[in-house]
Amino acid sequence: MSTTGDPVQKAKSAAAASERESVVWPHRHLLALEDLTADEIRLILDTAEAFEDVSTRSVKKVPALRGRVVVNLFFEDSTRTKTSFVLAAQRLSADVVDFSAKSSSLSKGESIRDTVRNIEAMGVDLLIVRHHVAGTPHLIARNVGCCVINAGDGRHEHPTQGLLDIYTMRQVKGRIEGLEVAIVGDVANSRVARSNLHGLLKLGAEVTMVGPTTLVPRAFEKMGARIAHDFDRVIEQFDVINMLRIQRERISSNVFPSLQEYSRLFGLSAQRMKRAKPDVLVMHPGPINRGIEMAASVADGANSAVLRQVTNGLAVRMAVMFLCKQAAEGS
Amino acid sequence: MKTLLDEKGIRRTLERLADEISASIPRNCPVGVIGIRRRGDELARRLLPMLEARGVREVAYGSLDITLYRDDLAEIGPSAVVRTTEIDFDIEGRYLILVDDVIFTGRSIRAALQALIDLGRPRAVRLVVLVDRGGREYPIQPDFTGLRTSSDSQHVTVYLESIDGADKVEVQP
Repeated sequence: MSTTGDPVQKAKSAAAASERESVVWPHRHLLALEDLTADEIRLILDTAEAFEDVSTRSVKKVPALRGRVVVNLFFEDSTRTKTSFVLAAQRLSADVVDFSAKSSSLSKGESIRDTVRNIEAMGVDLLIVRHHVAGTPHLIARNVGCCVINAGDGRHEHPTQGLLDIYTMRQVKGRIEGLEVAIVGDVANSRVARSNLHGLLKLGAEVTMVGPTTLVPRAFEKMGARIAHDFDRVIEQFDVINMLRIQRERISSNVFPSLQEYSRLFGLSAQRMKRAKPDVLVMHPGPINRGIEMAASVADGANSAVLRQVTNGLAVRMAVMFLCKQAAEGS
Repeated sequence: MKTLLDEKGIRRTLERLADEISASIPRNCPVGVIGIRRRGDELARRLLPMLEARGVREVAYGSLDITLYRDDLAEIGPSAVVRTTEIDFDIEGRYLILVDDVIFTGRSIRAALQALIDLGRPRAVRLVVLVDRGGREYPIQPDFTGLRTSSDSQHVTVYLESIDGADKVEVQP
């Protein structure tokens, strides 16, 4: 084991490390990446690195949240995000309860405020909230004393998905600054797109929203993104292509000419992949409509980080829960 | 502020510790040196070539972060910094040398032992510290001690070149 090395490089990395140490995570809640600073996002990513090995070792648990209670409060169906949060909480040794909104008293007319206050009264430390109305996690956060983590609110944000996407990009590409990232598909209706955009811009990436005019409105330019409606003309410039899921319920509406046409113009086919950089990183938040937004051969190909994203989601969610809980202890 | 050890003193102390440690290692037993972050791992890194110079072969090196195992997480709140644990070898059946800079209450070592046990079942764990400042709250004692402070609970600070820019051990009376 050698301790020698380039002294300048060593001093630089030491300085970066000590700089990072001065960043303290101050937030009890994680509601949106738009609210965070670049340093705070980096702190989450760095902390997640330390949680990565928990999933691969002999005992897949650390005692950091022992005796704490995490409640999953999902007002909208979700399998993978919920499972990811459950596993992440369990690996931190927390007790986890699933609160199914459909079978709850909400269907009997109780307000959200009353529901969350009742749940909190049972001694809850962290609430993981998903709701189809934007801003609901914020409303809940104002009404409870425990930590609230947004697991997706309407078309607003899905911060932990944005973080795990950015984490995966940094892991594979080694940096975020200067990366050319495309977000392709139904951008207008996507909370994943918004969280990616806010996080990536803060860390210095260039983000291009790609899709038909009906799904990629001009408003995104004001948020700092570039806009492109011809995928083939711009595809060669990207280091990362993040494909969004096409929600089938929107396909019948007039924003969508036809599935075939969408797939032909914006789907990531094997043919279209040939125009991209050879080392382009292909991502998708799942679940994939194979053959529509992405060809099966691309989803399973060497450039695909789809399964890596799922694995990284655990480490990122562990880091977020740990940091929010520590901030709550401090206040 | 009194200097207990300077650069030369630290090096000499580590050499002596390496003598004692290498004499304790059972024959034909794989060895791992694991330092507790953030100064124990630097000391462990320095001990490694010293052990090899004394004929200990194939010593694995690792660094351990104990933040997630601390019993005072609720008190330290947002200032808790989680760093990576880097132990790229199987600790199962190994003779482990656990290294820390200062032992005080014994709580860090308690946390480190729990963290190690979650990684597997070592053959034995031996504890090495540069300074023992007394003040134990748990029944945990080092096997190899560089230096003991003269009276209990004096505040001891270890500075190491790669982290703090210089090598020294200071004590506040």
